[in-house]
Amino acid sequence: MAYLDAASTEPLHPAARDALLAAIDAGWADPARLYGTARRAQMLLERARAEVAELIGARPDEVSFTSSGTQAVHLGVLGTLAGRRRAGTRLVAGAVEHSSVLHAGEVHERAGGEVELVGVSRTGRVDAGAFAEAVARPGTALACLQTANHEVGTLQPVEEAARACREAGVPLLVDAAQSAGRMPLPEGWSVLTASAHKWGGPAGVGVLAVRKGVRWRSPLPEDERERRRVPGFENVPAIVAAVAALRARAEEAETESRRLSALVDRIRAEVPLLVPDVEVVGAPVLRLPHIVTFSCMYVEGEALLTELDKAGFAVSSGSSCTASTLRPSHVLEAMGVLTHGNVRVSLPRGVSEDDIDRFLAVLPDIVRRIRSSLGVH
Amino acid sequence: MWRRRTGGGARRSPEAAQAAERAEPAAPVRPAEPPALTIDALGRKCPIPIIMLAERINQVATGGVVAVLADDPAAFTDVPAWCRLKSHEHVGSYELPQGGWSIHVRRNY
Repeated sequence: MAYLDAASTEPLHPAARDALLAAIDAGWADPARLYGTARRAQMLLERARAEVAELIGARPDEVSFTSSGTQAVHLGVLGTLAGRRRAGTRLVAGAVEHSSVLHAGEVHERAGGEVELVGVSRTGRVDAGAFAEAVARPGTALACLQTANHEVGTLQPVEEAARACREAGVPLLVDAAQSAGRMPLPEGWSVLTASAHKWGGPAGVGVLAVRKGVRWRSPLPEDERERRRVPGFENVPAIVAAVAALRARAEEAETESRRLSALVDRIRAEVPLLVPDVEVVGAPVLRLPHIVTFSCMYVEGEALLTELDKAGFAVSSGSSCTASTLRPSHVLEAMGVLTHGNVRVSLPRGVSEDDIDRFLAVLPDIVRRIRSSLGVH
Repeated sequence: MWRRRTGGGARRSPEAAQAAERAEPAAPVRPAEPPALTIDALGRKCPIPIIMLAERINQVATGGVVAVLADDPAAFTDVPAWCRLKSHEHVGSYELPQGGWSIHVRRNY
């Protein structure tokens, strides 16, 4: 099978596998205790923290490990809103943020807060001017912006957003889940979140970094773990493996990203030539190196995924028929692009060019067959 | 759901559109021009409403308006997107009392 769904989860990096196996033996004890094995676990944990801090441009005491990227976002959003309650109750976010940001926003609204979503262009890029205006309005407690979109790969104007936030004195949460380990991280964030399984680490590890001086109060019951930011026993072996993967990715990112980006360019250029009535969505240049999304008119996304799976390709879709909610992806809706017949191809590290050749070879006939089964010729 | 939505906004979600209509009663809620053809796609999931529209748009004269009645939330985004890709004109989307929309499309060629 050709795995082309790296944006859902990246296969475990070999460096993470080695580190995980070693750390399961060396780092299983409770890092909060004082005997030898516990101190060893604590040393592994603190070394991992220092390395992540260096890789993301933070201080070690600003970094906490969470149980997922989603939990990092939930704690980052709700904790900063709680810490900033005196400054205001408005949350500003891009309309195409990950659902974890939007879900945290719903909790905030139910508690009486306000949420303002800033619209995007046809390519999915947040309107930087409108974002700056929204942030500058009195009563803004927090602004959230992803580094890049998880469904269409479009990069967001984080630098402009950071400048606007700095001028308005509003903290900026940057969700780096899709770009960490693939591209250099932006500066200017107050809170940064990321997810290890997206960069080739194991599942169950997220990163939450809160800049010194940013007011933050835990929205959850607290315990002594992770500087009182994340309750619960740390998964030290998985954290060690996650950091090993991030370090390995950072070393190979430039070369591999260039290779993957060239393959994405090929798919972007060739799909519309091979398949009639297709719209490739997302920004063509200002984008992640590994994601390409297109929609095929007159085709059900679910049928497309099923047929591609039979042909040996794992991809995903933002079409409503593939979602449990029966609603199309909020990202495609906000962009105003076709939501049916949608396919997201996201390339894992090391994907072979042969796989892309084969994908481009089987796709036209699959689309033709599905269309003719619906009476479209 | 969401209180406000600003800037950019290639298209608005059904909820946002409904919220905006509540907030801005001045917005047109009725079509100015009666459709020459009405396609009933209520209860049909995308891509069926689009397929029905593509099949039948040539039944009206150039410049004529087709109304697609649909209640799949995907159609709210997909009919205007189809118009853009096929160079027809999305005239407007009007809420139906029973739920869903009457989505008006002008045949341009």
